[in-house]
Amino acid sequence: MIWDWSFTLEILPVLAQAAVVSVEATLISFVLAATLGLVLAVVRIAVPRTGWTISVLVELIRSTPLLIQIFFIYFVFPKFGLVLDAFTAGVLAIGIHYAAYCSEVYRAGFDNIHRGQWEASIALNLSAWTTFRDIIIPQAIPPIVPALGNYLVALFKETPLLSAIAVMELMQTAKIIGSDTFRYTEPITLVGLFFLAMSLVSAALIRALERLLNRRTVR
Amino acid sequence: MGIGTLVAMLAAALAVIGVLATQQAYSLFLPGLLQGAVLTIEIAILGSLLAIVMGVLAALVRLYGPAPLRWLATVYVEIFRGTSALVQLFWLFFVLPQFGVTLDAFLVAVVALGLNVGAYGSEVVRGAILSVARGQWEACTALNMSRAQMLRRVILPQAFVAMIPPWGNLFIELLKSTSLVSLITLSDLAFKAQQMNQNTFKTIPIFTLVLLMYLVMSLVLTIGMRLLERRASAGLARGKAA
Amino acid sequence: MTEQPMVRFENVSKRYGTLTVLDELNLEIARGEKVSVIGPSGSGKTTVLRMLMTLETINDGVIWVEGEPLTHMKKNGKLVPADLAHIRRIRAKIGMVFQSFNLFPHMTAMANCIEAPMTVLGMKRAEAEARAAELLDLVGLSQKKDHYPSQLSGGQQQRVAIARALAMRPKIMLFDEVTSALDPELVGEVLQVIRQIGREHDLTMLMVTHQMGFAKEFSDRVCFFYQGKICEQGPPGELFGAPKNERTRQFLHAVLEAG
Ligand SMILES: Nc1ncnc2c1ncn2[C@@H]1O[C@H](COP(=O)(O)OP(=O)(O)OP(=O)(O)O)[C@@H](O)[C@H]1O
Ligand SMILES: [Mg+2]
Repeated sequence: MIWDWSFTLEILPVLAQAAVVSVEATLISFVLAATLGLVLAVVRIAVPRTGWTISVLVELIRSTPLLIQIFFIYFVFPKFGLVLDAFTAGVLAIGIHYAAYCSEVYRAGFDNIHRGQWEASIALNLSAWTTFRDIIIPQAIPPIVPALGNYLVALFKETPLLSAIAVMELMQTAKIIGSDTFRYTEPITLVGLFFLAMSLVSAALIRALERLLNRRTVR
Repeated sequence: MGIGTLVAMLAAALAVIGVLATQQAYSLFLPGLLQGAVLTIEIAILGSLLAIVMGVLAALVRLYGPAPLRWLATVYVEIFRGTSALVQLFWLFFVLPQFGVTLDAFLVAVVALGLNVGAYGSEVVRGAILSVARGQWEACTALNMSRAQMLRRVILPQAFVAMIPPWGNLFIELLKSTSLVSLITLSDLAFKAQQMNQNTFKTIPIFTLVLLMYLVMSLVLTIGMRLLERRASAGLARGKAA
Repeated sequence: MTEQPMVRFENVSKRYGTLTVLDELNLEIARGEKVSVIGPSGSGKTTVLRMLMTLETINDGVIWVEGEPLTHMKKNGKLVPADLAHIRRIRAKIGMVFQSFNLFPHMTAMANCIEAPMTVLGMKRAEAEARAAELLDLVGLSQKKDHYPSQLSGGQQQRVAIARALAMRPKIMLFDEVTSALDPELVGEVLQVIRQIGREHDLTMLMVTHQMGFAKEFSDRVCFFYQGKICEQGPPGELFGAPKNERTRQFLHAVLEAG
């Protein structure tokens, strides 16, 4: 039989539990990515002569595979006495990898703001902090938020990589079910369907959010 | 980032590899890793070719195909963008055989990565086609050209330039994704690294070299795409710079 | 039997949603006739040309070209929407020049002019080039044939666009405000070219223009559009000299005041 429904029902609870791990990993690493990315972008603007270094750093991170970065953190950090469990190492690697992408999103958002806005703020003698909080951020949000949303979805789809260091997330769980039962069809297909459903829903949410934000700026 | 900086980074990366290669602790691993890198490059190139074919095909079908084909193309794009590359790889590797279709691992790698990136590529191609000014289409209609003639002679050549940078990013993503094939038994660069690491526990030299090698490949690709972009846009707007 | 009109709009209507842009338009244009279309912005002038070029669909009515329906075809004695092959056969008789030139930016002036003759008409390159060279000469640009659009002035680009349209040997030429995007000093050279092809070619011409002087001197008939209808039409002498309709008078007054 190609698809076994009773087997499906049997493994669903196990997969659901694993899905919780995947979602946790996603949320934690995304918070890390969004925060670290913002720090990078703000440092670039606020601290002179850091632009080049940050660009190179971002390029380095984006040019090498996430999988290798996961291995690197998981295997190399212990050599320096920092032993991380697989989940922490994986989340850290994903967070740093996507921080590089997020920092570019923030940068594009800030760059997009017309120079006249900065100049007008100076002419009005606003402090740097006030300018940032009241003038720049509100204008930067509409382009930034949907772009970050897209990276959240992309990041979520990378969490199966954690299976390479045996984190018990969805993919790893599906693989173990597969090797235990010699039935791969149901577990792996279910994992695929779960990702598909989540992606489609998030894409719709992001589109709605985009419309909402754009409407608010126009008004 | 400017092309100068990229070239400088490439030179620096190559120099570091060169220096490390003089050290016994590093040079030991180089031959094996290079062997893995060759497989990585093969998969990346074949996967990219498949991605281009699928991207263009899916975009054209979604824009101009008859309804059933259009739905099929949309389903393809949504499935491959909506699930993750590793899931697709595993599905083709573990599940497809249960339907009686067994592909060898290399083919699975090329097909999975090509289809995955092709799905993203189709959005790029579609966007670039739609971004060509409406007046260009109208001029073609006024000259009584057929849809195929318009696309081939007027629209695609102009869309091509707009497509180069996003395709460059996609090729980089594909190159990085080749590391996933190590999880389906192919001995690419990532696989060799894992294997050597397990055998020798010389983690630092191995992973440093591997990161540098991926960096070199990515930079070569990025620089190549930049040059292509420069040439293509110069071709499109000849004389503007002069 | 009297000669077929070259173009006939029969009760043609065009709507965008609830907005009626053209309201049961009836217009006949004879072979070789030069008709100018004037009227306030938004009155539907461009829409008339775009419908005839099949760039817009029509909601009601039929457009006839040399006695054959353009967007419809006869089937069992009834008119049904035409297929693409039919549309392309009729459309071959029509050429259009756009306000924004719409030259192909990745092709030289020469390549712009031979592209469609080769791909659509299947001409040999040598033949297409000889013909294009003649036309580029006609519009005074034989020196510039190897230049790309970005290397040409607006007036030169528009003249290439005219040559490109003529290369398809249309019987009807449509001009939509072809001088509106040009700097004032470049308007003359383009109008001069239109005058010349009007004289030398047996073309039917339909042009939307804001150049009242040119419309007066060049056209056989002027149509004044107002809110999707032809409000008044006649020989330029009459329409400009003694407009009968109040709206025409107001429009002409406003235009002459401004320019
Ligand atoms: N694609 C469209 N969707 C909705 N309305 C349209 C569209 N194209 C044109 N219109 C409307 O149709 C009307 C007629 O437009 P048209 O371009 O024919 O005017 P026109 O006489 O050429 O004006 P102008 O002198 O400004 O070029 C206008 O009210 C315009 O807003
Ligand atoms: Mg108009």
